[in-house]
Amino acid sequence: MLKLIQLAARNLLRYQRRSLLTSLLIVIGVAAVLLFMAISGSFKQLMIGQITDSMLGHLQLHRRGYVASIESLPLNMNMAPQMVARVTKELQQEPAVAAVSPRIKFGAMFSNFTETTSLRINGVEPEAEAAVLPLLPGRRLDGTRDGALLARGELLVPVLVARGLKVSPGDTVVLIATNRDGSVNGKTFKVRSTLESATGPGGRDGYIHIEDARELLRMAEPEVSEIAVRLKDPQMLDPVAVRLQATFDGVKNKMGQPALELHTWERLSPFANIAKMIDVLTLAIKIMLVSIVLVAVMNVMIMAVYERIREIGAIAAIGTPPGRILGMFLAEGLMLGTAGTMIGVAVSLAAVWALNIWQITYAFGQQKGLLLAPALGAGDVLATAAIVIVVAGLASLQPAWKASRMDPITALRHV
Amino acid sequence: MSLIHAEGLTKTYRIGDIDVPAVRGVDFTIEPASFVAFVGPSGSGKSTVLNMIGCLDHPTSGHISVLDTDVASLDRRASATFRGNHIGFIFQDFNLIPVFTAYENIEYPLIMVQNWPPEKRRTQVLAMLDAVGMADQANKRPDQLSGGQKQRVAVARALVSNSKLVLADEPTANLDHDTAHRIIELMKKMRDQLGTTFVFSTHDPKVMREAEVTYTLEDGRMAANSGVTHA
Ligand SMILES: Nc1ncnc2c1ncn2[C@@H]1O[C@H](COP(=O)(O)OP(=O)(O)O)[C@@H](O)[C@H]1O
Ligand SMILES: [Mg+2]
Repeated sequence: MLKLIQLAARNLLRYQRRSLLTSLLIVIGVAAVLLFMAISGSFKQLMIGQITDSMLGHLQLHRRGYVASIESLPLNMNMAPQMVARVTKELQQEPAVAAVSPRIKFGAMFSNFTETTSLRINGVEPEAEAAVLPLLPGRRLDGTRDGALLARGELLVPVLVARGLKVSPGDTVVLIATNRDGSVNGKTFKVRSTLESATGPGGRDGYIHIEDARELLRMAEPEVSEIAVRLKDPQMLDPVAVRLQATFDGVKNKMGQPALELHTWERLSPFANIAKMIDVLTLAIKIMLVSIVLVAVMNVMIMAVYERIREIGAIAAIGTPPGRILGMFLAEGLMLGTAGTMIGVAVSLAAVWALNIWQITYAFGQQKGLLLAPALGAGDVLATAAIVIVVAGLASLQPAWKASRMDPITALRHV
Repeated sequence: MSLIHAEGLTKTYRIGDIDVPAVRGVDFTIEPASFVAFVGPSGSGKSTVLNMIGCLDHPTSGHISVLDTDVASLDRRASATFRGNHIGFIFQDFNLIPVFTAYENIEYPLIMVQNWPPEKRRTQVLAMLDAVGMADQANKRPDQLSGGQKQRVAVARALVSNSKLVLADEPTANLDHDTAHRIIELMKKMRDQLGTTFVFSTHDPKVMREAEVTYTLEDGRMAANSGVTHA
């Protein structure tokens, strides 16, 4: 076995330039795949984090039909208090759930007494909302930035709207809303701070206290439009969603149909498609890597066998078992693949390390200074390495098999 | 008990629709520890006969036994094992493994063909290097050796696993006369020391004179004066 490895290594060194070029190809391929995975993965994680941690939460629960008409922010599709109590209890019993935040959403006119514009208002419980959206408090740009997310009578205004209407923290403004019955009501608020725009359609979202929302809308009982849920482990999104869906399917309305609908952030945000595209691209370049390794190693091994036909004839004549001849060439191909992979992994790790030292930032939409933090999971590295080495082995298999089946006389006579 | 026995040994190659008779019914018997040459002009069938003895090739008809084994009946794997265990080979163009040193080339059959323990292997390889006069060249690779030196290594490799029989197809064809003579002398010396049977082929009259038994082939048939034993 040791001799086999020694033989393979020496044969590779015998055609130094060729082995070098082939392993270089593998190095480049492995490094490209791993770096792409590290960078796109970091981008994806960051963007997903922005979406789930400053806007949507991981899961949202609505009354059935709400999401279909979410653009008009209907007030006649809220969940009744008993329903909210029941659902909240169920959610708090689910061990994967970290936090739950009930919201009232509605459209309102926002006025500085001279000009008016429309806003999408989220009435929230400040602690619950901050627990579901840990990045939201940090999006407050000015005014009172510490303490609770907001207090009663206070409003968080999206920065672009605040600028347009020349509103600053501390100013008094009015929100005017039409309630479910069609009657109009207004209420003054103090601007607590402006709110940085987030990725995606978050440019017109203002926040007030949920009790203020109920007052403004003159709600007879404490209804809720949506319940946002944060999970302890975002990786568990799909299984938890399935589990909760099953639970909430049991909640029926008067007609005996399921009364609630549960959506993951992926169903609510167009970014989920970008994330999927990234996954598809990753798969595509992995397939390219596999092809490169396959062609490069097979090419080299076919040449290696062809050049050594007489040598193969001689060792076969001497009585070397065919399996061992197969092993010789297989070892050579595997060694080539392994060497290329190991160097490729080392190069990628070094590059990832360097990228983290350089602190590369980028802008996405309105957000600037997002820090790229590429990272390589041990699982990804090992999986990629294993794929490349296995493919190198497979690529050597055919030439090695051919070598092992050679007729000694024919091989010895080969010129 | 003879070491090799052939009767009516025939080999016909078929190229397309044409039959090419390479060996046309030859009989011979080779005794243990003999030093035998198959001679004859190019194309007379020497290699074909040696290949059939070495179970590298199957006869078309006739019978051949080597060490009491009907080698024609062995399949691929069995004949590889048989060769590995009983027959050493010396080739015209040496066929050493280029990336291995002289030492490693001699050691090769003990590792890759048989499974000798390291200590026993080492003793044997060193003894062989010494016997063929290559002890001081042990760490050189084939490309650092002359033709004669390479063939000495090949002789050692053929003998290292204590084969009863060594087959050498034109072992001196790529060597000058003096070197050729010394290689044949070496082979004979090894036969004397170890009792190994050497069967080689040659078309060189000077070399054939060194053989103790000569079989002359002409057009795939045994010539009249075949099987002569020299002093
Ligand atoms: N594989 C083969 N296919 C067809 N003809 C062959 C083959 N091997 C040998 N021959 C023919 O058989 C005859 C004997 O060849 P060979 O045994 O190599 O002779 P020698 O070794 O005495 O020169 C020659 O005519 C040769 O052309
Ligand atoms: Mg010949």
